[in-house]
Amino acid sequence: MELIKVKNLVKTFQNGDKETHVLKGIDFSCGDGEFIAIMGRSGAGKSTFMYQISLLDEPTSGEIVVFDKNTHSMTSEEKTKFRLNKLGYVFQDYALLPDLTAVENVAVPLMMQGKSKREAYIEAKVALELVGLGHRFDNLPSQMSGGEQQRTSIARALAHKPRILFADEPTANLDNESSKTIMELFKQVHDSGQTIIMVTHEEEYSKLAKRVIRLDDGRIISDQRQ
Amino acid sequence: MPQFIRIGFFLALRQVRRASKWTTSLIIFVMTLTFLNLVVVSGILVGLIEGAVEANKTYYTSDIIISKLEKKDYIEQSPLVLNIIRSMPEAEEVSARYIESGRVEANYKSAAKEEEIDSAGGTFAGIDPVAEERLTGISRFVIEGEYLEPDDYDQVLVGAYLLKKYFPVESPGFSTLDNVEVGDKIRVTLGDITREVRVKGIVKSKVDELAYRVYFVDRQFRDLIGRSDYNVDEISVKIREGSDALDVKEALLRAGVGRYARVQTFEDAQPKFLKDIKATFALLGNMISSIGLAVASITIFIVIFINAITRRKFIGILKGIGISGRTIEVSYIFQSFFYAICGSAIGLALLYGFLQPYIAAHPINFPFSDGILVAPALGTTVKVAILVFTTIIAGYIPARMIVRKNTLDSILGRN
Repeated sequence: MELIKVKNLVKTFQNGDKETHVLKGIDFSCGDGEFIAIMGRSGAGKSTFMYQISLLDEPTSGEIVVFDKNTHSMTSEEKTKFRLNKLGYVFQDYALLPDLTAVENVAVPLMMQGKSKREAYIEAKVALELVGLGHRFDNLPSQMSGGEQQRTSIARALAHKPRILFADEPTANLDNESSKTIMELFKQVHDSGQTIIMVTHEEEYSKLAKRVIRLDDGRIISDQRQ
Repeated sequence: MPQFIRIGFFLALRQVRRASKWTTSLIIFVMTLTFLNLVVVSGILVGLIEGAVEANKTYYTSDIIISKLEKKDYIEQSPLVLNIIRSMPEAEEVSARYIESGRVEANYKSAAKEEEIDSAGGTFAGIDPVAEERLTGISRFVIEGEYLEPDDYDQVLVGAYLLKKYFPVESPGFSTLDNVEVGDKIRVTLGDITREVRVKGIVKSKVDELAYRVYFVDRQFRDLIGRSDYNVDEISVKIREGSDALDVKEALLRAGVGRYARVQTFEDAQPKFLKDIKATFALLGNMISSIGLAVASITIFIVIFINAITRRKFIGILKGIGISGRTIEVSYIFQSFFYAICGSAIGLALLYGFLQPYIAAHPINFPFSDGILVAPALGTTVKVAILVFTTIIAGYIPARMIVRKNTLDSILGRN
């Protein structure tokens, strides 16, 4: 089953009179249970591509169909609701909310899904324990290391059981050891059936993925299964 | 409870709880000042006039003032009227006064010519010193000398506005007496009668009616003006606490007092210009308060806007992970509400716990009144509601502006 289908995706940034074409007509599809690494040199358009297919940004033209729904016809609020229920995100800089503790950060999307605070906290704690942060429930992001923050971010992205997990250079700000821990986590969740689309520029970690897509100058230059 | 309110509250609570204590204190401080500006400025302006009105009531008219009918020289059947008043259970104290216009003169012995004599026109009042003291506590205004005793004869209290020493005003048609001290002899002329009396004390008050008068003991005054029928010109009635002045006035009219005298409550007796000034000052106060409110709204707008701008990334993250825009807006509304309520609560505590009682105990010394701080509960509640509403709007607008921005632009900090 195809979860995402992209046709002729174009993204152009306008800066005054100057136009920068970042994505120049991409066709792509992602099946259920895949682990895809999107690679490319800096400026190749890999993050921009991920933002379009993860409904965080609006493409300039082209068609994105997610779970058989054309995103072009979706309102901003519908996309927000869609992200809440179907997608999970791990950002390069963790993107945790600084006023919320680890458990609160993970619980907020669950509460938004309609769960009671108690239920959401229980599920958030389970998710945090799964990423090895059982001892950090009540810590604020500022009281945790980079690796712990990224693990919290992964717990938040997975706690509501998304159909697709998007990760944008999840190890870019981490030391080697923390990076390995994070990638091991990704492997584990993929092994349990989770679909993952990850942007990375590190060859070592791309090897964990089952499919590697390489971008250059806004175009897919290779799409290999491994 | 709707989801967006529940989570909006959850986010707001944590944001406030974990925000910088200094920033939170500063915002609440601004809100407190705004609240005080709203209530105190107009309250003092109204209080200026209210102070004068209160003083006029307390020290002159009391709750009910009964005066002679138009075209009559005095209150006819005064003893009967007084009996009716004294028989009413609501009447606590009564003071009847004889009032006549006349002239008062000083240095008439040393003046070589008639034109050199210091003279001033004034109102003469014959009072029962004991009843008057019980009703108005007039002795507190005797700033020099002593208050009258019931058996004083040829001794008077002189209002300070008749003395140049206290009221150095020279204007056409108005004159005051120079060099008059306690113990000096002055000459009073009432109609055809002229009498030399000794100044026993000087009365100074911001209530004009008290400070323009020359006071005699009623017994002597009655003889001087030939009022052997005991008909007086003015009766002030203080009613018991819990009684209503309007009810007492109506009861007096029903008892027939209206046939002999004009019966007014202290509010009826207020001059129209005083009521007009009161309304004007209230309007002026509201205008000044409105400017204060606008300034506060802009301040809160800027504070929340800066807060939202600096938290733009986190607003983007919230939207990114699926939190609806409405939920985020509600969280900012709750924060604004919190600041407004805290500011108002501290303001209310300061207002009713300190400012109002302090100013009541130490009135502001204005030339024409002892200003108090007027802050009725209903008016204050309305102002709290206005402040809260304005603050919520001032907090909502910037939050909405940021929430409407592109999610990814917010997360990445792009313009």
